[in-house]
Formats: sequence, structure tokens, C-alpha cells
Amino acid sequence: MLLKLNQINKLFNEATPDEKIALDQINLHLSPGDFVTVIGSNGAGKSTMLNMISGALSPDFGEIEIAERNVTKLPEYKRSQMIGRVFQDPMAGTAPSMTIEENLAMAYSRNKKRRFRKGVDRKRREFFRTSLETLHLNLENRLNAKVGMLSGGERQALSLLMATFTQPSILLLDEHTAALDPSRAELITNLTKLLVEKDQLTTLMITHNMQQALDLGNRLIMMDKGQIILEIGFEEKQQLTIPALMDEFQRIRGEKLTSDKALLSV
Amino acid sequence: MFASIFGSVEQGIIYAIMALGVYISFRVLDFPDLTVDGSFVTGAGVAATMIIFGYHPVAATAVAIVIGFLAGCVTGLLHTKGKINALLAGILMMIALYSINLRIMGLTSPNSIGRPNIPLLNAETMFIQFQSFWGSLGIDTAINNFFSLLGVQFLPSTWGTLFIMTIIVFIIKFIVDWFLRTEVGLAIRATGDNKKMIRSLSANTDTLVIVGLGFSNALVAFSGALIAQYSRFADIGMGIGMIIIGLASVIIGEAIFGTKTIVRTTIAVIAGAVIYRIVLGLALRVEFLDTGDMKLITAVIVIGALILPQYFEKKREKTRKAKRHAERLAEQRISPLKGGNGVAETQSD
Repeated sequence: MLLKLNQINKLFNEATPDEKIALDQINLHLSPGDFVTVIGSNGAGKSTMLNMISGALSPDFGEIEIAERNVTKLPEYKRSQMIGRVFQDPMAGTAPSMTIEENLAMAYSRNKKRRFRKGVDRKRREFFRTSLETLHLNLENRLNAKVGMLSGGERQALSLLMATFTQPSILLLDEHTAALDPSRAELITNLTKLLVEKDQLTTLMITHNMQQALDLGNRLIMMDKGQIILEIGFEEKQQLTIPALMDEFQRIRGEKLTSDKALLSV
Repeated sequence: MFASIFGSVEQGIIYAIMALGVYISFRVLDFPDLTVDGSFVTGAGVAATMIIFGYHPVAATAVAIVIGFLAGCVTGLLHTKGKINALLAGILMMIALYSINLRIMGLTSPNSIGRPNIPLLNAETMFIQFQSFWGSLGIDTAINNFFSLLGVQFLPSTWGTLFIMTIIVFIIKFIVDWFLRTEVGLAIRATGDNKKMIRSLSANTDTLVIVGLGFSNALVAFSGALIAQYSRFADIGMGIGMIIIGLASVIIGEAIFGTKTIVRTTIAVIAGAVIYRIVLGLALRVEFLDTGDMKLITAVIVIGALILPQYFEKKREKTRKAKRHAERLAEQRISPLKGGNGVAETQSD
């Protein structure tokens, strides 16, 4: 097992009137090469779960293992050596006042010790150039442009490249296409597919787009009220349709899903 | 006039090192670090004390740099590990250093624990030592002869200080430029730019803030040690308002020379420090202004440097827009057929 979540529990605003169960007995196992899409309504605990894995939040109870190593108490910055992340906000994944090549250089040092040596040398610049060519956004000719000048889609593509090109053990994508217009979102979706398949990255992807959740990956989980309420494997997922998925939700929860606009968006 | 500008340039270039330190904390790390007011005096006090004890001035300056580094690290620790607000952490360190500085300088006094002032009138300083070498070259007479030919009347006694300081400042500038482009330096810049992002790229932002503030205050203490040797005294009050002087230099420099790249920005900061001194020197020549008005003048300079660029930018934009508009009107007059589409054209622009 590459990733194991054992009995993860998390309460927000504990001992106040606003107390909320964010995660309730979450168990999840990922094998190497798994690409799991995560769906669920707002407040279902999807992002909280990703933040547990990345180390931005720590669980009240429960254990997290990455590659047979218990990382529950490992601080976020140390865990990041093994984890690549892309956030929903295109501004969040890059440093705007620094150049494209400097941003790539920082991502390049992710799984190495940072030293007092030049961040961008000739050899690395060549490597960055060839990596950027895979994006087909002409960024390879703008290595010295400040990232703040790029569009949201370009920044998100760059973030994706930065998260993947050191081949992390786990890739966490938190609705990374949600803030983009449809054509840009499609571009990023295709890139995701390409980059994940290239290195067989073990991936967890949150999405509000059900079609995307069905199209990508080999497994699908649905969350609601801090629990994983549905797990679908590869064969089953091949035949799955959006109406079938919504019927399934209704069968489990006994309530209709139609009221949730976010989950309905296709 | 010439003599006063010369003095301003000489001082400005020494204060430029302090300004580079402020640039690192304030701009690169985005950390308003008030430790500067204290660590500047610490640098001066440590250097003066050690010189009085008979240590080599270069060794005294080196120790001052190390102590400044440590002071910055403590501020960083207070902020990151102690979770104290950045401004407050700096202020706490600043007032703590006030007492520490009195104690450091007090080491030179046999009958009291603290001491607010150390004169270095007859002591060996870096500048005096360099002067004995420089004087033997006879460059001063050559340059001064040249300037007296031009009709300049008040000639400085030596160009050596300016010469050696320019070299030192540029060495520091190259070190800063290099440092900010190393792997560690990139991570420090990203810490000031986007903490969440650099943490997700496995950088320990706490350590980076601590190291960055240490580096910043090392430069500030270096500048303090040099000023003490230049003006031949160390005083407990010499650091008051130092952060504002540093900020003034950074803001003036950036406003005039821009911030396109690191290399350009560091040179802008150095130039800003010199320009600030010149403006201050000229202002003090105005008759009704007194040396006590220095801080007020500083405040006015900083306010000007913050507001004027906005004003000019607005004006420039206005002229540019007006020009564009006039061009478009002229275009429409030439091709009246397209005139009907005028509104649509404006929108698609």
C-alpha cells in the first residue's frame, strides 16, 4: 500500500456551539499507480482529507501511512518531499514576483536538500525548457517572465508541472480546474491525464465536475458529511453514468441530491 | 556645497549596507523588522568596544556582523516559534537590545555597568588603517588638483574612504545578488511571496525566516560598525529611526530605478541610500532648519517618495489614454465608413 488512512477523525471548532464533524472514521487505501477521483457536496470533508494527507492539518485520532511509513506526526514541509500538490486557486501554487524558471527551480529542489548553490544553472534551464515544451503553451520561451504576468490557466499548468516533474509518491489535486473557464479547464484536465499517465503517479483528485470524475482515473469515491459513502473500482467505473451515480447517492442517503447545485454541474 | 554633497555621498554609501539589510527583511521576506534600530547600535557598540580593547578593527567589525546575525535570528525565533506578531517581535527585540547595547558598551567602563557613548578619537579604525596605505599612493593630490582646475573650492581631505567603501558596498551587493539566487535564496524570496506554495515544495519556512532575518541584521550591524568607525564614536541613540532611513532608501531607490530584477533592485537600494543622504544634507543647509529637524525631514522625504510616484503614474496614464483617444478619433475621420462601428471597436480593444 502506498497510502493508508486509518480511522481518521477530525472535529472543527471543538467544544463550541459551531462544533462540526469534518472527518468521521475515514479509511482509505491507495495502491501505487491508483488515480482516485473524489466527489461530494460542499462541506463533505474532501479538502480536509487532502489537507490531512499533505500535513496542513493533523487528525484528532487516527494514523496516516505513506509507503509503509507512519507520517502522522511528520510536519507538512517534510511530508511535501513525497507529495505534489495543486490548489484550486491559480494564485496559490506559484510565487508571482519570481520568474518562471525560478519557480521551476524551487519545485526542482523539492525532494533534495536546498543548498547555497545557484538555483538555475545552464543544465537545469535546459531541463526546464524541455519540461515546459510538454505544456504547449509557449512558456519555454518566456523563462524570465514573472509568473504574476501569466493568465490563470497558464499559472495552473505551471503549478501542475511543478507538482509532478520531480515524480512525487502522491499527487494531490484540490479542484484544480474549478477556477478556470471551460476551455482552460479542459486543457488542464488533458494535461493532468498526460502527466499522471507519463509517470504512473498515484493521484487523489477532488472535483465538482461529475463528468470529469467519471472520465479520469481508475477509482472513484464519494464523500458526504465527513464519511466516505461510496467506493467504486475500475470495472464498475467504466460503465458508470451521472444519473446512476446520483441514484446511488439517493439510495445510500435516502435524500435527493438534486438540491445540490455544485454536485450537479456537468 | 561640494564639500557637503561629498560628505553625504560618503555617509550614504556606508548606510547603503544597512539599506540592503532592510531591503532583505522588508521587501524580500515581507517582514517589517524593527530590530534594525537596535542591531545597528549593537554593530556599532560591539565594534567600538573591541577596538577600545585593542583588537584589530577588521576583527571587531567581523564580530559585530556575527552578533547582528544572532540578533536577527532571535527576532525570527520569536516570530516563528513563539508565534509573536512580526512587528511586535521586532519591537521587543529592539528594546531588549537597548539594554544589551548599554551593557556591551559598558564593558569598556571600569566603574559602571552600562555606558551610553564610546568616543574613538585616537583609536585605530579601518578607515585610518586604510588611509595610511592610501595616502602613500598620492591619488588624493592628483584628484584634488584636477578638481581645483575645475574651480571647486572646498576639497575633501581624502578620497580614500569613498573609494574603499564603494568597493565594500559592491562586494556586499554581489553577495546579496548571488545569495538571493541560490536554492536557499529562492526559497527565502518565495517565503515572502507565497508561504503556502513554498511549504508545499518542502521548504521549512520557519528556518528560512530566521536565516533571512539573521542575514538582514548582519548587514545592518556591519553598517553600524562602519559608521562608528567613520564618525569615531558609538552612541546608544544612533539607531533611533534607522528603520525609517533604511525604508526611505529602499523606497526612493525603487521609485527612481525600478525593480525589474534583483541585480537592478539592489543597485537601486544603494543609489537610494546615497540620494537620501544628499537630499537630507541639502535640506539641512536651508537656514531655518536645524539638525533636530532631521527626523521630520526624513518623514517628509519618505512620504514624498511614496506619494509622488503614484501621482506621476496617474498623470502618465492620463496622457497616454488621451493620446490613444485622439488617435482613434483621427482614424475615424479618415475612414468615415468605419465610423459607425466606433463603439464596437472601443469595446474589442
